[in-house]
Order: sequence, then structure tokens, then C-alpha cells
Amino acid sequence: MNTPEKRYWLDKSGNVNRLVYGLYALCTVLILLDFLYHKHTNFPFENWFGFFAWFGFIACVALVLLAKQMRKIVKRNEEYYGDH
Amino acid sequence: MITNLNPALILVLGPLLIPVLKGNVRTVYTLLLPVLSFVQLYTLPAGSHAEVEVFDLTLMTLHMDRLSFMFAVIFHIAAFIATVYSLHLRDSLQQAIGLVYAGCALGVVLAGDLVTLFIYWEAAAVSSVFLIWARRTPSSYRAGMRYLIIQVISGFLLLAGIILHARAGGSIEFTRLDLNSPGGLLIFLAFGIKCAFPLLHSWLVDAYPEATETGTVVLSAFTTKMAVYALATAFPGTEILIWIGLIMTAFPIFYAVIENDLRRVLTYSMINQLGFMVVGVGIGTELALNGTAAHAFADILFKGLLFMSMGAVLLRTGKINGSDLGGLYKSMPYTTGFCIIGAASISAFPLFSAFVTKSMIMEAAAHEGLTLAWLVMLFASAGVFHHAGIKIPFFAFFAHDSGIRCKEAPVSMLIAMALAAAVSMCIGIFPQTLYALLPYQTEYEPFTFTHVITQLQLLLFSALAFTWLLRQGIYPPELHSVNIDADWLYRKPGAWLARQTLKSVASGEKGIFISIKKLSFEAAARLHRHHGPQGLLAKTWPTGSMVLWVAFLLGVYLIFYYLY
Repeated sequence: MNTPEKRYWLDKSGNVNRLVYGLYALCTVLILLDFLYHKHTNFPFENWFGFFAWFGFIACVALVLLAKQMRKIVKRNEEYYGDH
Repeated sequence: MITNLNPALILVLGPLLIPVLKGNVRTVYTLLLPVLSFVQLYTLPAGSHAEVEVFDLTLMTLHMDRLSFMFAVIFHIAAFIATVYSLHLRDSLQQAIGLVYAGCALGVVLAGDLVTLFIYWEAAAVSSVFLIWARRTPSSYRAGMRYLIIQVISGFLLLAGIILHARAGGSIEFTRLDLNSPGGLLIFLAFGIKCAFPLLHSWLVDAYPEATETGTVVLSAFTTKMAVYALATAFPGTEILIWIGLIMTAFPIFYAVIENDLRRVLTYSMINQLGFMVVGVGIGTELALNGTAAHAFADILFKGLLFMSMGAVLLRTGKINGSDLGGLYKSMPYTTGFCIIGAASISAFPLFSAFVTKSMIMEAAAHEGLTLAWLVMLFASAGVFHHAGIKIPFFAFFAHDSGIRCKEAPVSMLIAMALAAAVSMCIGIFPQTLYALLPYQTEYEPFTFTHVITQLQLLLFSALAFTWLLRQGIYPPELHSVNIDADWLYRKPGAWLARQTLKSVASGEKGIFISIKKLSFEAAARLHRHHGPQGLLAKTWPTGSMVLWVAFLLGVYLIFYYLY
């Protein structure tokens, strides 16, 4: 390239780290909020400490790990159907 | 406006003029059609109109209640936005067909009787396939054929079901049907195919990503949502729909995580969102049906928005696989922004649309004490953020920089995306505007402190899981691959069986085929001549074999008609 390309804020790995730390901080605040208010819930288990937080985390990790295993069964090369 | 004129006719017949118009006149005329149709819809009174006598049948071609009005409104918004999105095209056929197809879907939701429903149902199937073929690639041609065959089968089941239902003494009025009668069951299956029930879903993930940039946007709005409307009208409170819907919310997200084609990821997430709506129909309480209608409304907008952003990426880069993209936020900042709004909407962030719609279905499940259903939907809610909310924008616009530098999307596309984003956010911020359209009067308040905080916990910890998995290198990389799904059954063993049968018959193999040979030798030999030395009926899907299949289905229709 003749002209040096504009450098974006996200191009610096330090800034990406900042975003990630920001996410950690937000998550910490959100889970601690569970101490501070009274939940209006339909099921008793919703009142467990941080139920929605750890449910979301575990659900997504399980989803990805299972999907990775699924690849062993369902993954084929792109020409499998002879369509492409 | 004109008394008793079905607005669907404006959209079905109006576009016939589009191909002969040129330049700005064509643009204005194309944009005006959905507006005119909407005005006509708005001035129609509730109830049944436009009676037509055909043979000894009285058809109610136009029936309006609160549910059909709500679907008709969102179909108009979708048709208008999709038209704006396609204004850059010189291919006027696509614009015209898109509107005709929208008109057919409108005809379905406004149909007062089953025969009218069937006619629009079939017309929607036939018109929509041109949006797939318009891509003009061999693979889109074949995918379109597979799509059309399955759509025609849905129409066949619907007609067979209607005939059985009518012969059993039922009226042809389109209202609540009985799943335990043979006619009701066939109609249920016909709806199920279009609604992408598990194992009947593969046409959707197979064909939609093969359509054009604009075609997929149009397709995503109508077929599946008119099926949701049909289910909500005919089978509310049918318990099995809860279980069907739950499977639909859960299984596609696993595929979505490992799928590389980002538009195909979105089709899996379509099934996931349809699952919530189907669960709502299955629960069948007023709150649940309100939730289904509201979520269908919101989904058309945010799914359209996501497909529009991916369509813009495909148009500008020629690529749509996650493994080939990345870093596009530098070239397409506005598209990136609109995609993120769509992602936040589908993920149900507070102040975005699904937060005020999907939650009604979950709340209804909780009110009925359906603990397992609620937990599966909570899992699917976390999963949808993971695969649609994060994966789509992340791999297209961020992730590693692919080095692709392209132009921003055309202005018309940006305007369409801005419209969808604006309406979507309007629903999220002022839910009462949407709630006013709902079929039933219910009290539901989405913005409680508990709801906001618990939802943010669910979503941000899902994001935390994504970040952690990515940084640990556990997250599965985007790979060039296909993942086999239910369509494998007819694309591999089904095709093989068809080829073998034909081969055996045509070459006159001895053994069990001898009697078949005697009966069908002449017909088979003719086929053999027309389809090359190996009789590649299923392998290449030539137009001739399509005609054959249609003729076969028509024959079955006739036999059915005489039997019953």
C-alpha cells in the first residue's frame, strides 16, 4: 500500500484487553447486585445466588464443547454434496 | 379506499407492471405498492369480506381479526423495507417477484377459508423460488429445486388435509382445527414443514443461504411467519407444539456454533426463534399467544436486519464464510453498527426488541408451571446471544483482520437497514406501541428491575464464556466445511436410491426388479433417454425431472380427489 493505513483504536491489543477487563468488571458488578435487591421470581431456584449468571456461563461453555464434539460426526468437506 | 378489495391483490398483481417501467418511475411505483396496499388494509373493517362463489363453495377470501391484522401490518413493513433494500438492483424481476411473494403471504394471513389459504400458500411457494434461482449459480439452481419440491409437498399435504377435513363434515372456514382427525393432522404437517419443525426444517437451512443478497432478506420475513400465523389460528394450545418448539429452540444453536456460512448461521437462528413462537402457540394462553405474535413481529425486523447486513457484506466482498471475513468494521462502519443493533435485538438486551417480546412467552411458560420448558428456553436464550448476537458481528466485522477493504454498502441498503433498526429499537424502547396491536388485552410489564438485571446477568456471563473460550483457544475455529443435517437423507441415500431404482429398471436387471421392469419398461426407457446414460434423476435435478415430480404430485392429487 502506498499510503499507510489509518490505525484503529481496536488495532492495539492493549485496547482489546481494556474491553475484556471492562467486561470482567461489569460481570462482577452484576453478580454482586444479587445481594442488594429482592428478586420477583416464578421458580424458587431463580433466587439462588447469581443463578442467571452461572446458568448463562455454564450453558454457553457446554454449548460450545458439545458443538465441538458434534463436528466429529457431522463435519464433511465442502465438496461433500458436489454442489460447490 | 375500495370496498372489499383484498390488499394482497395489490401486491400480487401490481408488480406485473414493474418490468416495463424504467428509472425513477419504476422506483417510485415499486415503493408505492406496499404503501397503497397498507392504506387499503388500514381502511378495511374487521370481519369477513369479499365472498366468492366457486362451484358449490363459498370462499371468504378476506377475513380480518386482530391476529391477522398484526401479521398483515408487519408483512407490509417488511415488504417496504425489503423493497428499499433492493433498489440498487437492475434486475427488476427480483423486485417484482419479492412483492408478489409478499402479497401471497399477505393473502395467507388474510384468508378466511382453507381453499383461499391453499391457493396463496402454493403461490407463495412457487413465487419465492425465483428469489433463490435469481442468484443464477448451479448450486442455487439445485437448492431451489429441492426447496420447490418440499414446498409443493407441503401444499399437497395441505390440500389433502383440507379435502379430508371437508369430507368429514368440517366447514372450510379457516379456524381452530382438530389435530386428532386425519384431515387436521395433514394440515398440521403442512404447516409444520413451512414452520421448519425438526426434521422437516432442512429446506430452510439448505435453500435460504443460496438465494441472492436481497432474496434471503425477503424470504426470511414471510414463509415461516405465515406458518406461525396458521398454527396460532388453527392449533393454539396443542400441547405437542410445546415439545416441538423446545426442540426447535435448542438443536439449531449447536449447528450455528460450528457453521461457517454466516447466512446459514442466521437460518439456524431463525429456527431457534421460530421455536419460541411455536412454544407460545403450544401453551396457548392469552399471554403466550400475545408473546408469539409480538415475537414474530419483532423477529421479522431484527432477522431481516441481520440478513440485510450479511447481504451487504456478501455484495461488497463476494464472501460470506466466517473463515474468509473479519475486520470489515474498517470498511463498512455503518453496516457494522446496524448489524450490532440487530444482534442486540435478537439477543434480547434491555431496550432492544426481543427483551419485550420473547419474555412474554417465557413468562407464560412460568405461569403454567412448565419448569423444564422454561429452563430449555433460558438455555436457548443464552445460546442465541452466543451464536447470533456475538458470532455474526464478531466474525464478519471484527475477529482477525482479513485484509479485505471494500466500499460501504449502497445507500439504499443503508437506508433499509436504518429503517429496520429504527422500528426495532422503537419496539424495544416503547413496547406499548407494539402491545397496542396484540390480539388479547393482557397486563405485561417488561421493565421490572428483576427482569433487567437477570437478563443482563444471563447475557454478559454468556459473553464472558465466549471471551474466555476464545482466549483459551477452546472456541472451535471457523472452517471450510459442510455439516450434515436432515437434508442429508434425501441428498445422499435418497438420491442414491432414486438412481439405483432407475438404473435397475432401465437396464433390466434380473431379480426383484423384473416385474417392475415389465410394468414400466417403456416409461423408464423414455426417462433413460431423456436423462442420459445413467439416468441421473436425483443427481442433477434437471427441469424435466421437476416437471415429472409435479406431474406425479398432480396425479396423486387427482387420485385423492376421487377417493374422497
